[in-house]
Amino acid sequence: MILGPEALQRLIEVLALEYRVIGPTVADGAVVLRDLASADDLPTGWIDEQDGGHYRLQRDESAGPFDHVVGPHSLKNFLFPPREPIARFERVEGVWEECAPAAPERPLAVIGMRGCDLAALAIQDRVFLRGDSGEGEAIDPAYQRRRNGLFLVAVDCRRAAATCFCHSTGSGPAACSASAGRQADLALVDLGPGPADGVAPCAGPRRYECRIGSERGAAVIDAIAADLPLRPSPPEDVAAAERVPVDLERAMWARERSDGGPGRSLDMENIRDLLYSNLEHPRWLEVADRCLSCTNCTLVCPTCFCASVTEVADLSGDAVTRERHWASCFSLDHARMHGTSVRHTTASRYRQWLTHKLGGWIDQFGTSGCTGCGRCITWCPVGIDLTAEVAAIRETPAPSTGPTP
Amino acid sequence: MNPSPLTTRRPGPTTLSADPWQTHAGSIVAIRDETPGVRSYDLSIVDAAVRARYAFAPGQFNMLYLPGIGEAAISISSDPATPQLLTHTVRAVGNVTDALAKLVVGDRIFLRGPYGKPWPLGDLAGGDLIFVAGGLGLASQRAAILDVARHRDRFGRVTILHGAKTPSGLLYPSEYAAWREAGIDVDCTVDAPEAGWTGSVGLVTDLLAQLPLEPGRSGLLCCGPDPMMAGVATGAAKRGLGPEAVWMSLERNMSCAVGQCGLCQFGPFFVCLDGPVFRYDRIEKLLGVRCL
Ligand SMILES: Cc1cc2nc3c(=O)[nH]c(=O)nc-3n(C[C@H](O)[C@H](O)[C@H](O)COP(=O)(O)OP(=O)(O)OC[C@H]3O[C@@H](n4cnc5c(N)ncnc54)[C@H](O)[C@@H]3O)c2cc1C
Ligand code: SF4
Ligand code: SF4
Repeated sequence: MILGPEALQRLIEVLALEYRVIGPTVADGAVVLRDLASADDLPTGWIDEQDGGHYRLQRDESAGPFDHVVGPHSLKNFLFPPREPIARFERVEGVWEECAPAAPERPLAVIGMRGCDLAALAIQDRVFLRGDSGEGEAIDPAYQRRRNGLFLVAVDCRRAAATCFCHSTGSGPAACSASAGRQADLALVDLGPGPADGVAPCAGPRRYECRIGSERGAAVIDAIAADLPLRPSPPEDVAAAERVPVDLERAMWARERSDGGPGRSLDMENIRDLLYSNLEHPRWLEVADRCLSCTNCTLVCPTCFCASVTEVADLSGDAVTRERHWASCFSLDHARMHGTSVRHTTASRYRQWLTHKLGGWIDQFGTSGCTGCGRCITWCPVGIDLTAEVAAIRETPAPSTGPTP
Repeated sequence: MNPSPLTTRRPGPTTLSADPWQTHAGSIVAIRDETPGVRSYDLSIVDAAVRARYAFAPGQFNMLYLPGIGEAAISISSDPATPQLLTHTVRAVGNVTDALAKLVVGDRIFLRGPYGKPWPLGDLAGGDLIFVAGGLGLASQRAAILDVARHRDRFGRVTILHGAKTPSGLLYPSEYAAWREAGIDVDCTVDAPEAGWTGSVGLVTDLLAQLPLEPGRSGLLCCGPDPMMAGVATGAAKRGLGPEAVWMSLERNMSCAVGQCGLCQFGPFFVCLDGPVFRYDRIEKLLGVRCL
């Protein structure tokens, strides 16, 4: 199916009938995820320049609405929001009772999700829906409700930022991958401006090759087709769309740093045992000299899930909402015990973050917690790069002292 | 249904509804002063159907909640054969536990659970058991002791080594006679004797050093402050009890108890799901790492 600009606009309108529609838009100097009213809200004509500790939007008249890569937000902000009530208690005639949970919100449709976004979603599913694996374990009901209602429109990246390394973590750049469990209801590939009346140069309207990934996706396409004629993709467009992630992946492997070294990638080989057998590596102290323990990396990471709960009482004192909010292993509070913090040094907190993200996660959820999205590198105020930290440890590993836990 | 006695299976959070955060109201039926600053609370779940469904295994814990104050993880200290009445022995040390100390019989508190891996009593049946408890650590072992007393014929020698700072810090002293009656040796020691104390003075590790034991058939279950447990593990090794014969119950700050809040992580483990009871060989290397 080929969609033109009007069909993209119709897509948002059709989704809005049933969903709260979220997508990329420019705000506060970055591409963030917000409610979309129309396709005009998309960041058409903007390109993001990203590097360690660096993010800048640049005007580029040739850029389509999806030629930016990931910004500071992710699906996590909506499925596992920064703050949310998890329970409410009320005191009636002196007796406390737990009240029924709040009424469910409107389901979400999110437009423009990339391979790393869908990979992150699959990882968060393992955290919040772990009960799905049986064993009587827990399912987070609010997450599950939002997840079941979620309508996803994926987009294949046409370019990568210097911070992206999804090609090395198996999470992209192709948005959807049945074998990797990355699925969407609809998947778009921007084929760029079309040939004007079939004659070069390309000056016609932008075209998107659209693949349908679910019955819900098909129903939405039918609704668009009801008042806009949609034509099936010609074979050369299908082929061009399939080449987009293949070419990008090849280009990512071939990237070079400005000093001529290889571009960013993360060697996942045996990474869990590498980190757990290097818990006393001097590199943790070295990175701690640079790390500010600011928690940015954990907040922008699309898979970090730590949270704690605070009691929020109303003025009467007779109603209390238990509010869950994002926590970070970089804060002193995280490992509070007996009035002190178990991890009272920055080195121990950075070590906790990285060993969990790339090691502990594998024990806990059967997958690494990193999608190669690069957010933690871009949004770290001092540009700390986990791929470089792992490489440094890999270069000078401690002599093995027996089996890791 | 009650769990089969001496189960090593995690019964799973039986009171847990589809929502892991949902609590159940409990009523305080009795309060007992134990040691200074420590009280036991007997709770009865208000909803009869939930009360009837609730079952736990020794070593598991509940999350106790006071509206507007917060939640705390507290071991279940009562007999698993009578889960209709749940005892929690609590030291007032902070936010929740201080507020709990102000409650009286008839007051309401909320709980969810049970959570965590229990003591491996079923696996150890047929052998000798050594309980080693420092101070309030005995609270996490009382359910196991009562379970073992009920099934005393399933074990060889059973010994409790209990240490406290002072004689008045020894937990559950009025029950030792009954435990001894059931065929369990109870041996206590204190750091600082008080007038009238005729028992041992020193560390629990000293008691362990003198305990007659057969390494091949003994399992050691330990709960107490971290340095004490480290000392016990070392002492056990000297007596031929390797790390695969030693279990310890760890403590970590936690907010969800179901492996979703991330706070209780210890190396690759969640203390709430993979623990709190760990076989020592799984955590030995991690315990040696500072600030983990
Ligand atoms: C599996 C498990 C089982 C447990 N079983 C039991 C049990 O059976 N009985 C029991 O009593 N406890 C038990 N605990 C321990 C209990 O959960 C903790 O002590 C818990 O923190 C108590 O909660 P609280 O809100 O009362 O204390 P918190 O307010 O969380 O305070 C905890 C500690 O921090 C200190 N502290 C708090 N605020 C400050 C401050 N501003 N400055 C300095 N120090 C401060 C307190 O003195 C205290 O030592 C268990 C813990 C776990 C994980
Ligand atoms: S660790 Fe960094 S690169 Fe990996 S998923 Fe999180 S933010 Fe992205
Ligand atoms: S690594 Fe960077 S973003 Fe993360 S806490 Fe340290 S300074 Fe902040």
